[in-house]
Amino acid sequence: VTRLKDWFAGVLIFAAAFTGRQPEPDRSRIVARGTPQRRAESLLLALLVGATLAALAFVVVFAVDSVGHRTQWLGAALGLALAFLAAACLVLARRLVVTEELVQPYPAREHPEAQRELAQIVVEGGSRFTRKRLVLLAGGGALGALGLAALTPLLSLGPALDPEELTKTPWFRGRRLVDEEGRPLAADAVEAGSFYTAYPEGADRELIGSPVVVVRIRAGVVAYSKICTHAGCAISLYRKPTFPDVQPGPALVCPCHYSTFDPAQDGKVLFGPAGRPLPRLPLETDRAGNLRAAGNFNGPVGPSWWGVRNRKAST
Amino acid sequence: VRAVLTSVLVLALAGPACAANGKSLFDAGCSRCHGSLGQGLPQKGPSLRDAGALGADFYLRTGYMPLAGSHDQPARARVLYDEHQLRALVGYVASLGHGPAIPAPHWRTASVAAGRQLFADNCAGCHQIVARGGVVTGARVPPLDEATPRQIAQAVRIGPYLMPRFSRKQLTPAQVDDLIAYVQYAKQPDNAGGAGIGQLGPWPEGMVTWLVAAVVLVALCCLFGRRARA
Repeated sequence: VTRLKDWFAGVLIFAAAFTGRQPEPDRSRIVARGTPQRRAESLLLALLVGATLAALAFVVVFAVDSVGHRTQWLGAALGLALAFLAAACLVLARRLVVTEELVQPYPAREHPEAQRELAQIVVEGGSRFTRKRLVLLAGGGALGALGLAALTPLLSLGPALDPEELTKTPWFRGRRLVDEEGRPLAADAVEAGSFYTAYPEGADRELIGSPVVVVRIRAGVVAYSKICTHAGCAISLYRKPTFPDVQPGPALVCPCHYSTFDPAQDGKVLFGPAGRPLPRLPLETDRAGNLRAAGNFNGPVGPSWWGVRNRKAST
Repeated sequence: VRAVLTSVLVLALAGPACAANGKSLFDAGCSRCHGSLGQGLPQKGPSLRDAGALGADFYLRTGYMPLAGSHDQPARARVLYDEHQLRALVGYVASLGHGPAIPAPHWRTASVAAGRQLFADNCAGCHQIVARGGVVTGARVPPLDEATPRQIAQAVRIGPYLMPRFSRKQLTPAQVDDLIAYVQYAKQPDNAGGAGIGQLGPWPEGMVTWLVAAVVLVALCCLFGRRARA
C-alpha cells in the first residue's frame, strides 16, 4: 500500500507541475483535486431539473383525465425524464467526476485501512463540484420525482376501499335491452346458436356496466355482462356446439386470456384465469315481447379489483 | 330469387337420374352417423333435415365430411367425391327437408372497409383480424386462407362445429358480401409497413421491434464504452 501511495504522490506532483495550478499538492489526498467545471455543473443541474419536471408532468397527465392523447403524453413524459437522467449521468461521468486509471490489486475486504482509502477516492472523485449540496438536492429530486411517477399507476388498481361503487350500473328493473342501433331486442328474435350484444336503453354505452351479451340456451334467453371478470376485456366469443351430444357445451369466451364461462350455470368459470363467475343480468319479457332487465347484475361488473373477488351478490 | 334459381339449378343438375345415385352415395358414406334417412343418430351425428343444399355443399366441398370419428373436430381435408357425385349428394341431402339453398355471394363490388369493421365486430375474436385462425377453448379455429367466398357465406349461416351462427337479421346478405370482400383482401393484404411477417399479429411484430431495439442499444453501449478502451 505504501508503494502505491508513493506512486499516487508521484502522479499528483507530476500533475501539479504540469498544470501549475497546485503548487503545493495536498499529501493527504489520493485523487488530484479537479479543476471546477462550472458550465458542466450548470448543465448537470439543468438536466436534473428537466428530469424532475418531466417526471412530475407524468404524474400530472396521469391525474388529469381530460388530456387528449393521454397514452402518448404519458409515454413522452416518462421517456423524456429517463432521457434527461441518462444525459445527466453522461455529463456527470464524462465531465465532472475526476477519473484516473489506477492499476492495483483489489484490497482485501477486511482491511479497514484499504476500505477507508477507497471511500476517500470516491469522495475526492467529486472534487470538481462547487455546489455539491445543490447537485445532491437536484439528483435526489429527480430520482424522487421519477420514483413518484413509477408509483402513480398504482392508482389504476381500482377502488380498493369502496368496491360498493362497482355495483352501480345503468340497469334496473324494467329497463329495456336495445341492440347496436337502439332497437329493442325481442325475446323471440334471440336465436339459438347466435349471440347478441345489448345495451340499456338510453344509457351511456361506454359505462363498464352497460353492455351485456345475450344468448339462448336450453333454459331460455340469458344475459351476462360483456366485460370479463379477469382483466375487463369484451366477451366477444360464443362457443356453441353444432351437435351437443358429443361436442363441448355452449360457453362465453373472452378472447384475451380464454376465460370460459358457462351460460347454463350462472356464468361459472369453466377455464382460464377469471377468478369469479360472469355477472348475470336477470331478464323479463314485457307485453310486447321485448326483453327488459328484471333488476341489476347479481355481482359487481368488470375486472376483479381488490376486495371484489369474494364479495357476496348484491341483489 | 337468385338463391331459388341456384337451388333449382342444383336440383335440375342433380336430376331424378342422379337422386338415386345420391341416395346410394349417402347410404354408403353418411348414413352410419346421420341415419339412413338423415334423421341423425344419438352420440353419432346430427339430423340433416334442415341442413339443406347450403350445409351439404359446405361440409362436403371443404372435406369436413365424411368425419373419421364423431368426437373429432371437422378439419379441411381432401374432398373424397368428384363433381358429379358432389352434386348428387348435395341434391339428395337438400331433398331430405326444407333447408337453405346454396348462397351466391356478390362480393366483388362489396366494401372491404365495411367488411373489415364487420369482421372485427363478429369474427376477429376467434379468427384474428388477419383471418389466420387461432384457438378457442376446446377447439382449433381454422385459418380462412383456403375458404372460398361461397364457403365463407355458408359458414356464417351454419356456424360449423363450435362457431356461432349468424342469422340474416344479424348479418344481411349484403353485409356478408362485405365480409367476404375483406377476407379475400386479408388473404393477400397490402403490407403498408413493409414485411408482413406471416401476418401473425402483434407478437412477432413486437419481437422484431425488440430485436431492432436491442441491436441499437448494444450499438449505443459500444459507442459509449469506446473511451474506456482507448
